[in-house]
Amino acid sequence: MNIPTDRKYTRSHEWVRLEADGTISVGITDHAQELLGDLVFIELPEPGRELAAEQEAAVVESVKAAADVYAPLAGSVVENNAVLVDSPELVNQDAYSAWLFRMRPAAAADLDGLLDAAAYQEIVAAA
Amino acid sequence: MQKTVLNEEHRRRGARMVDFAGWDMPLHYGSQIEEHHAVRRDAGIFDVSHMCAVDVRGDDARAFLRRLLANNVDRLQLPGKALYSTMLNEAGGVIDDLIVYHLAEHDFRVVINAATAANDLRWMAARRDEWGLAATIDARREGPGALAMIAVQGPRARQKVWQALPASEPACGGLQPFFAVGVGEHLIARTGYTGEDGYEITLPAEQAVGLWNRLADAGAQPCGLGARDTLRLEAGMNLYGQDMDERVSPLDAGLAWTVDLAAPRDFVGKAALLAKPQQHRFLGLLLGERGVLRAHQQVDSAHGPGEVTSGSFSPTLQRSIALARLPLAATVGDSVQVHVRDRLLAARVVKPCFVRNGSILV
Repeated sequence: MNIPTDRKYTRSHEWVRLEADGTISVGITDHAQELLGDLVFIELPEPGRELAAEQEAAVVESVKAAADVYAPLAGSVVENNAVLVDSPELVNQDAYSAWLFRMRPAAAADLDGLLDAAAYQEIVAAA
Repeated sequence: MQKTVLNEEHRRRGARMVDFAGWDMPLHYGSQIEEHHAVRRDAGIFDVSHMCAVDVRGDDARAFLRRLLANNVDRLQLPGKALYSTMLNEAGGVIDDLIVYHLAEHDFRVVINAATAANDLRWMAARRDEWGLAATIDARREGPGALAMIAVQGPRARQKVWQALPASEPACGGLQPFFAVGVGEHLIARTGYTGEDGYEITLPAEQAVGLWNRLADAGAQPCGLGARDTLRLEAGMNLYGQDMDERVSPLDAGLAWTVDLAAPRDFVGKAALLAKPQQHRFLGLLLGERGVLRAHQQVDSAHGPGEVTSGSFSPTLQRSIALARLPLAATVGDSVQVHVRDRLLAARVVKPCFVRNGSILV
């Protein structure tokens, strides 16, 4: 199972990476994309949108099913990865490069409450 | 979980496996969309050995099927001819849909769905006994004499079969659509579930891995149930359990063309269908916006509510399509709205055949 150690994870299968400028990038894990299969549509949050932790932020829809992507912590959206709207398959090809949106966390310390790679691995293994 | 004889082969090729009606089957081998395109543009192979081939033989085999099925087996006069039919209960609901092949005068092969096979076989045996007819009903999925089935579909599917089975070309090269021919121990039928040309090959189970690998070596793309579903949906072909079931009349599932009410013969469900004519129209939907239509979504039309029975993303059209049960007054060209998650999305009513032989029809 491909779970990079340079970032954090959620129980709902998002990955979260802290960037040098203090924002976080959010995507879905390789495990999540594999469960969904070929993605065909992605809806992204607009920059400026304020999100609460665990609030629905984006939608990834595959041939098989639609899934919500949740804000991993509270904050505001600063950017979305618009290239995915026309090329959702990039998430299937490399889920850990294909970030969906970037947020500025309301409180940077909230990041500590997320799962590390080992803890996320356990969740996937137990599923 | 039941396994087909090709199970290990699917795993060796990296298939993502899924439980389909108690069968451990390949969903895809990496990308179901690429598999879909391979069938539209070249050729794909499908393991459909979970479906059940049933031999119906004996002096009364034809009389039995004439009374059992909603389509009329008297349309089968030439050897090898195939017929699509539903099998109904007394209330006119669909127990299963199937293909029946006419192999010889007292020898028919019926291919039924995996999920319904056990129930179908009980029903068939009970009707035969009730009617006191001389016909044997022999399911060929397990045990000695077990058969496997491989569908080879796509514009270049037939060439791949001739390449993999050189002896077959003289026998099946001239085979017309909806006919089958025996080639040694193989039954090769020019039928399918994708809207493309191709063959469905039934053969002794122990020979299936060899043929599968020869077809793959000839360039046919192994395809899973995911691509099988989007291909049949684009072709406007019904899926049992989704587009119709025991509570649905074939007349309300777009299958009136398969029901022969004109001939004087009686068949199970005929009285119910005559007493309760068509209540709904079964049509296609083409979504005008981003999003994916899925089964059970509600449809709002000017003529009243309807329901999506099958929906997905169409890789050929690059938008979502669906089959839907709509009010009787609904017609091709209508604009409707579909409840997709928390939104209402606009869709157009179209004929329920979106793609045929690689061409978009809507």
